[in-house]
Amino acid sequence: MAQENQNVAFPFADTSTDDPIINSAPVQKIINVCRAMSLWPLTFGLACCAIEMMAFGMARFDAARFGAEVFRPSPRQSDLMIVAGTISRKMAPLVTRLYEQMPAPKWVIAMGNCAISGGPFVFKDQYGIVEGVDMIIPVDVYIPGCPPRPEGLLEGLFQVQKKITGRRWWPMPRMAEDR
Amino acid sequence: MIEPILILQMIEAIPIQLMIIFAGLLATVSFIGLNAILLVYLERKVAGFIHRRPGPYEVGPHGILQPFADGLKLVGKQIFTPTGADSFLYWLAPMISMAPALVCFLVIPFGPHLQIFNTNVGMVLILAFTGINVLALCIAGWTSQNKYSLLGAARDISQSVAYEIPLLLSILPIIFMTGTFNLFDIAMKQGSWPWQWFIVYQPLAFIIFFICALAETNRAPFDLPEAESELTAGFHTEYSGMGFALFFLSEYAYMVIAACVTAVLFLGGFHGPGVSGWWWFLAKVYILLLIMIWIRWTFPRVRFDQLLNICWKWLIPLAVINLLVTLLVIAL
Repeated sequence: MAQENQNVAFPFADTSTDDPIINSAPVQKIINVCRAMSLWPLTFGLACCAIEMMAFGMARFDAARFGAEVFRPSPRQSDLMIVAGTISRKMAPLVTRLYEQMPAPKWVIAMGNCAISGGPFVFKDQYGIVEGVDMIIPVDVYIPGCPPRPEGLLEGLFQVQKKITGRRWWPMPRMAEDR
Repeated sequence: MIEPILILQMIEAIPIQLMIIFAGLLATVSFIGLNAILLVYLERKVAGFIHRRPGPYEVGPHGILQPFADGLKLVGKQIFTPTGADSFLYWLAPMISMAPALVCFLVIPFGPHLQIFNTNVGMVLILAFTGINVLALCIAGWTSQNKYSLLGAARDISQSVAYEIPLLLSILPIIFMTGTFNLFDIAMKQGSWPWQWFIVYQPLAFIIFFICALAETNRAPFDLPEAESELTAGFHTEYSGMGFALFFLSEYAYMVIAACVTAVLFLGGFHGPGVSGWWWFLAKVYILLLIMIWIRWTFPRVRFDQLLNICWKWLIPLAVINLLVTLLVIAL
């Protein structure tokens, strides 16, 4: 019976940011292209999706090609938060804090089913899991999969780039139905 | 309204030496900037090749626009001061780290006619000004109000103090052989061919100097002050945007200085087979920088006790023996 009363809601992260000092459209456009081309992720993995995230940075898939291999250990120097894995209730305040510690232009990828909605851990009266990282921080791109393939994460990176600059930079992969 | 002739007279009143130094500083700033752009690209590309991956590839042809994207992104990042930090000192630290690097380039002879400021204390000036970097990292670590920063700063101080000694001891044999602190004269005392360079007479001093230069510039395998896996990002954990970029820039500037000094002291400076000139100097500097990058991506980080043991138990005794033997040979 005590279990039912433990369903504590976590406060949503503080998303307030400073206004840019130079707020003219052409400058912002150029800087946005630069931001899209050098998205430094935070060295931060929560569960098994982080293994795929490592593959994303290694030789076969190589995120360095798109300027995204500089995994910064300090949240102050990173632009992209890849929430790779299950967010347990113990970890949720720390995820929020890491998000709040990142300086202003920042983006979040929810990688894998657990980060999207709690994935296989959602059942009646479950008490240990936050059901989706979007309950505690704002998410820009969702990558489904359990876990997603590294190609999926690359595609998620391209979607973040598309969201920043308003256009897709790299050719579309061939879909299964095109064959 | 000031008469144009008056302005001309005012310009003429400025000492010529001051104007040369001012122009030299401007040239130095652009040189450091160009080097940083090139080195960021080289570092990431070489890292890629060592890992058997292409490295930056899609941003511009073969990723050559990558450093520009990184730089502009860092300019556009939110500037941030931690709560409880001394704001003045916190923002002073990256500037203190960068400023001495500019001065060091003034005395380096890039070519037979390409030296901004020829002075008899060139070597001493470089040693003195590169020492200021330690102070900057100390301030950065202390004012960040962060455990990791403070630990990084403490590590940097003990490392730099330890490695300053064998660095000086490995320069001294060259100074005794040439009898001057003037970098231009030291370069002129060496001949065109590789066997006339001081590396042939002082191979041990060269190795000790190079290891110490790596440690002084906080390069891997001696990058303990910013050890990523232990201390988040060391002394610059709390710096975002341009504060971090300035620390990065100064690290690359000190790497270039270390390579330049090594080239002058041991590798004949601007001398080379055929026509001597700045092209030989730049070639040597870039070979040394590539070796530094190669070492960074090849060796794992040393432990802290290992770091100090290498210095106190090996480098300092070897450097002293080397110095004594050199003095004996000179005296005979």
